[in-house]
Amino acid sequence: MRRSAAPFLLLLLPVALLALPQVLPRFHTYVAAIVLLTALLATSLNLAIGYTGLYQFGHAVFYGVGAYGTALSLTRSGMPAPVAFLVGPLAAAALSLAMGVICIRLSKLYFGMLQISLGSLVWAVVYRWYSFTGGDDGIHGIPLPDAIASPKGSYYCTLIVTGLCVFAMYRIVRSPFGKVIQGIRDNPVRAEAIGVDVKMHQLASLVIAGFFGGVAGSLFVVVESSVFPDMMFWTFSLEVLIMCLLGGMYTFFGPLVGASVIVLLRVFASVHTRYWGLILGTILTLVIIFLPDGVLGVFVRRSRPREVPGA
Amino acid sequence: MDFASNLFSAGTLSQILVGLSRTTILFIVSSGMSLILGVLRIPNVAHGSLYMIGAFAAWSVIQFLGGGLFAFLAAMIVAPMIVAAVGFVLERGFFSYLYEREHLMLLLLTFSFALILGDLVKIVWGPEYRSVTVPAFFQGSAEIFGLPLPWYNLFLLLVGPCIAVFLWLVINRTNLGKIARAAAVDGEMVGAVGINTGWVFAFTFVLGSFLAGLGGALIAPMVNISLGMDHSLIMETFLIVIIGGLGNMWGALLGSLIFGLTQSLGILVWPQFGIAFPYLAVVAVLVVRPRGLLSSTW
Repeated sequence: MRRSAAPFLLLLLPVALLALPQVLPRFHTYVAAIVLLTALLATSLNLAIGYTGLYQFGHAVFYGVGAYGTALSLTRSGMPAPVAFLVGPLAAAALSLAMGVICIRLSKLYFGMLQISLGSLVWAVVYRWYSFTGGDDGIHGIPLPDAIASPKGSYYCTLIVTGLCVFAMYRIVRSPFGKVIQGIRDNPVRAEAIGVDVKMHQLASLVIAGFFGGVAGSLFVVVESSVFPDMMFWTFSLEVLIMCLLGGMYTFFGPLVGASVIVLLRVFASVHTRYWGLILGTILTLVIIFLPDGVLGVFVRRSRPREVPGA
Repeated sequence: MDFASNLFSAGTLSQILVGLSRTTILFIVSSGMSLILGVLRIPNVAHGSLYMIGAFAAWSVIQFLGGGLFAFLAAMIVAPMIVAAVGFVLERGFFSYLYEREHLMLLLLTFSFALILGDLVKIVWGPEYRSVTVPAFFQGSAEIFGLPLPWYNLFLLLVGPCIAVFLWLVINRTNLGKIARAAAVDGEMVGAVGINTGWVFAFTFVLGSFLAGLGGALIAPMVNISLGMDHSLIMETFLIVIIGGLGNMWGALLGSLIFGLTQSLGILVWPQFGIAFPYLAVVAVLVVRPRGLLSSTW
């Protein structure tokens, strides 16, 4: 693996990110914060799909539940704000565990299809439960602590939390646990044979991915101070998957790149056209045909793990 | 008990019959998906878009022919054929080159087609709602056990079994069907004995698309034809195919029955969250039989 440019970039990036709100106008600071939290979301999905090889097709649900958990505890209970910001991710992790227990017995694509459809049930409940979740209007004007209420404050909060979470995930991927889940991805049968509890490791990975997805959702509340059901709709789940694919699913930083590209494209496309689906669909088709390893994958040139027949 | 009185009231039976007629459409659409999934191994997210195009195309054909029973019946044939043509282009133009890719890539490719087709429908037909009126022939209601059931729902109840028999004949009694079944089990082997699997796959995809279009055309008089009708349907179809057993056509029938009945009864019992009952049924089924009710081809 080539890493000559990496340390230099790694030094430059935090400085640039810290300086951003000082030079950018308000709207662009907001976009930058959305880019950051979406990057966190995509990285958390990659933990399940790229590193564990589980077809996590309903990831936006954990993002949405994280956001709703935080939003509801801020608006409907007298909880102190720091606790509220933990409730969201924990709720997402709990849901991830519950759905994981149901889905984990199925393999590959079957797993993904069941997960995305169960996720759409969560969406439907949130969408219809007017008295509790605000239905399709969502919840607006969520009261935030003063320190993170301003655009700059929310940006820095997002930056710090995203940075910490991405670092934590990086450590997880490099830890013995991370090696084991990658082993399971590459060959579950062999992993089982050498005594690894495959299902437990997969479940643990799902819960971790769900938790960090929930953190991204909580950050959405910080930046937007509102939530709405469409953030957990299944099409968005697949959009996050596209971010991973675009950046490169078998690289750690690929999803960060993919998320930035998609979010920025979406912001600029929405100014000029109503046909975002057409643009995204065309890009995706081209990427799948010409760059199946993703943008970063082309540069990193790590061989993709082979599909194990019957696994 | 409020729930109990709802459940056992006189309306329950007609509610079940109406539910069953909607089940017909779920069955037609999901049998198409099941075919494509079983033979081509593609979880076709664009299936919902094909269904939506079927509904819009049916509207256009009826507008073009000026309404009436003839226009309606013509639309039921022409609209699915338009959709089948779209399916043919997708299969020959894209999928046929990408079968050896991972399922994940194929799924995302179908999603990109869903996005593109969704916007193309917006461009061709515009963002407004469309509606098709039931032709005079089907208006009014039949009396079943003293309860009214609209003629059109009765018509759907008759169409469903016809399609099931037709599919059974195609799959079990034609050469093409036999080859498709063999390809579902082991596509490589079918190729090795000298059969051009490419055209079998194309045929399967086109037939599956036709069924999606037919479902869309048949539902056209019962709903507002709108953008986004693809999004809700596709998840229901996924669930039906999962509980039935991936790629099993009878599984699709059984799955649609379970889904349709739990949904219509669920709405009677608990109007706001009736939608949750089919999902609970699915979870219950999968706890007992993780690979679906009937044997799947994978």
